Amino acid sequence: MAQPTAHTDAQQHPIRLYLVVWCWLFVLSLCSYLVDFFHVAGYLRWSLILIFMALKAGLIVAVFMHMAWERLALSYAILVPPLVLLVFVGIMVFESEYTLFTRVAYFVAGS
Amino acid sequence: MNEVAPHTLNPKIGRAPGWQGIVADWSSDQRAFKNVSWGKAMMWIFLLSDTFIFGTFLISYMTVRMSTTVPWPNPSEVFALEIAGHHLPLILIAIMTFVLISSSGTMAMAVNFGYRRDRRKTAILMLLTAVLGATFVGMQAFEWTKLISEGVRPWGNPWGAEQFGSSFFMITGFHGTHVTIGVIFLIIVARKVWRGDFDDGRRGFFTSRKGHYEIVEITGLYWHFVDLVWVFIFALFYLW
Repeated sequence: MAQPTAHTDAQQHPIRLYLVVWCWLFVLSLCSYLVDFFHVAGYLRWSLILIFMALKAGLIVAVFMHMAWERLALSYAILVPPLVLLVFVGIMVFESEYTLFTRVAYFVAGS
Repeated sequence: MNEVAPHTLNPKIGRAPGWQGIVADWSSDQRAFKNVSWGKAMMWIFLLSDTFIFGTFLISYMTVRMSTTVPWPNPSEVFALEIAGHHLPLILIAIMTFVLISSSGTMAMAVNFGYRRDRRKTAILMLLTAVLGATFVGMQAFEWTKLISEGVRPWGNPWGAEQFGSSFFMITGFHGTHVTIGVIFLIIVARKVWRGDFDDGRRGFFTSRKGHYEIVEITGLYWHFVDLVWVFIFALFYLW
């Protein structure tokens, strides 16, 4: 097997990097818990939740899963397709608003 | 059996920056992922497909929650616990989140020590990850037991919209299954690392091929993905 040397240069990062990211994940999780603890409501709540979620997801994918150091051909192949889910979200928002409208218009009032 | 070198043909293959590099890689002969082994590429592609599974779960949860005329139960109160006389909202879920993040941290370090050929530390950190994962599953079992005893069912619950139960059991159940599979996967690989399979070239029981320390990173990818899914569930199901 000729591989041992082939891979040693891949994904060697100082332990410190992982500890720093770990701390950040703790802090961000604590922040999102505090959003609930202090009963932040409305658009502020939703935007804070989404921001903390996106930051945590980004840190995990970029550092823990080493995506930041992968070749772009792999990164884009993995990271771009899930964006299609956002289109799906858009479609289902329209769909659920329509369902809610029909329920309110034809079921709740009449029952 | 012929062993196809699963690793880099040449890790230093030139890479053009940005889009030109992507086009060059994808339009080249035989392999698009130049310095990524097939094992890692396949794990990534599996995780991509799993992203769509959890994505559709979360979207269906959004759909039922947006379209119901009955108020949604307040997760902050549903998942609250009394600890030492204090009423703490969502505390169990917060602890579960910290446990899972910690397990991701130990896993990341296990991958690092794996590439340094440090068998002992790699195996210990992987087993620690597995213990934290098992703790998470245990707490989830406790949570399920508590909710079921309070009358939550997939078809109804005492607090509001009936869809709450079905969304909850479907999403957390599927995630818990992933964690459980991950714990089993971790223990199997940790045993191989501990025994030195990747140093003395022992052949696998199932594949009868030699393993490599890269399997630690591939296991890690799966484990971090499980943590990643939890980040989304925590934000969208429990906090929203």
